[in-house]
Amino acid sequence: MSSIDYERILPRKIVDMPASGIRKFFDILDSMQDVVALTVGQPDFATPWHIREAGIESLEKGKTYYTSNAGTPELRREICNYLKRRFDLEYDPIHETVVTVGGSEAIDIAVRAVVEPGDEVIIPTPCFVCYEPIVRMAGGTPVIIETKNEDKFKLTPEALARAITPKTKMLVLPYPNNPTGAIMTAEELEGIAQVLRDTNIVVLSDEIYAELTYGRKHTSIASIPGMHERTILVSGFSKAYAMTGWRLGYLCAPAPLAVQMLKIHQYAIMCAPTTAQLAAIEALKNGDEDVRMMTEEYNRRRRFIHQGLRDIGIEAFEPEGAFYIYPEIGKFGLSSEEFCERLLYEHNCAIVPGVAFGDSGEGFARISYAYSIKHITEALERMDAFVKKLK
Amino acid sequence: MDQFLKTIEDNATLTEKELAVMFNKEVGDIRAMIKKYEEDGVILGYKTIIDWDKTDREYVSAMIEVKITPQRDRGFDRIAEKIYNYPEVQSLYLMSSGGFDLCVLIEGRTMKEVAYFVAQKLAPIEDVVSTATHFVLRKYKDKGIIYGAEEPDERGYFI
Repeated sequence: MSSIDYERILPRKIVDMPASGIRKFFDILDSMQDVVALTVGQPDFATPWHIREAGIESLEKGKTYYTSNAGTPELRREICNYLKRRFDLEYDPIHETVVTVGGSEAIDIAVRAVVEPGDEVIIPTPCFVCYEPIVRMAGGTPVIIETKNEDKFKLTPEALARAITPKTKMLVLPYPNNPTGAIMTAEELEGIAQVLRDTNIVVLSDEIYAELTYGRKHTSIASIPGMHERTILVSGFSKAYAMTGWRLGYLCAPAPLAVQMLKIHQYAIMCAPTTAQLAAIEALKNGDEDVRMMTEEYNRRRRFIHQGLRDIGIEAFEPEGAFYIYPEIGKFGLSSEEFCERLLYEHNCAIVPGVAFGDSGEGFARISYAYSIKHITEALERMDAFVKKLK
Repeated sequence: MDQFLKTIEDNATLTEKELAVMFNKEVGDIRAMIKKYEEDGVILGYKTIIDWDKTDREYVSAMIEVKITPQRDRGFDRIAEKIYNYPEVQSLYLMSSGGFDLCVLIEGRTMKEVAYFVAQKLAPIEDVVSTATHFVLRKYKDKGIIYGAEEPDERGYFI
């Protein structure tokens, strides 16, 4: 008979952390079969074969050791070459680059290195679910900016300026955005930069979807004059190279920041998986064409689903990045959770309620198009049948 | 436009309207493009890929290596024409191998039927020097499609 009192020993801030804002929805999803889902946040492509082969070959050659804490020098060099080639960013591979276990770890160590109790961290929502809990774990206070459909879910300089207080330590900048598909252009980032240049605020720029933009190339805020010195750039291999399961990401930041983050990484993680690192070198050296092919395919699906939703009377602004579309469903008279639960129960079709990505997601849903056209067509038919009933 | 052709090669069931949305064009443009490709012989036809092993159809397929003596002036083309006109012949390629010249892919109901075709129709053609028949035991992948590889979507459903 155990006598340990878990209630007593567990910290409040951990116990109170929600596992997910929409646990009920996922419990239902788990319990159902033959669901046509458009819920996943990862590519449907397998990692390109030549990249998988590089991983396999590294195992065959017995390359099963730890690498240096920050990642193999060759991979860090390739990351910096890539960032220069694609986004005109200058980073030093030795002092400013850390290879991490996915973008997720990079976000965690960036927040932990910079944020302390009492600090405020500005988070534009809707956004990926991890920033707020990570900030709270570091003792920081999340300050939420709700971005608007009419602004195409971009962060505006005015909203940012209003949210800044003397306690503001960090701005999370999650663009291209999950779940909205919003992007920030160079001009719009310049507007943000104008608000931040004379401050001590650090930008955590989560650019994991940087390769997946449609119609215009991604701009990193770190490439805007005066921003490099105050930006922690987070990215990774998951979305661009369809390498989610390899768990490999990286961060780049000015050396005084990078050296602190590296310490946390060193003690918590040691180093990112070696097999994944060696595969990633191949991805950066010879993967440009794969990225282009996959992006073009996502782009066709993006147009397809945007028009398909419009045809059944569901409007969404046309996403410009990532592989999500974020339609407005409030007009059907149901909360976003009710809408998604009923769609699931009554038509075996799953999309994610907008409230999963923050309170500002009420009235919206996230639909992933990391699926085949055939699968998307099937889901659209089910959604069509559902909304016809609601009208 | 390689991407367009690749897309319809992978999925012939996309409608003109769907293709128009995917490629950011008017339906009329798509129709005209397809018509032009058909007229130019770039698009030769539309077929459905069927895994016959999942049906009760009895069939067997084979690859036949054919060695020939090409005729003066007419090269391989005339012999090829004689061979590809048989409906049993699914594919016919002229090969660069030193060992043989033509590769014939053939389908029949039974091995006996294929053997009969080789003995009675193929081998007697003038200029056919020899044949070697290889029966297919199992089809793993054809036209870019892996057979029986339909796997459940095991991706984490939300992240």
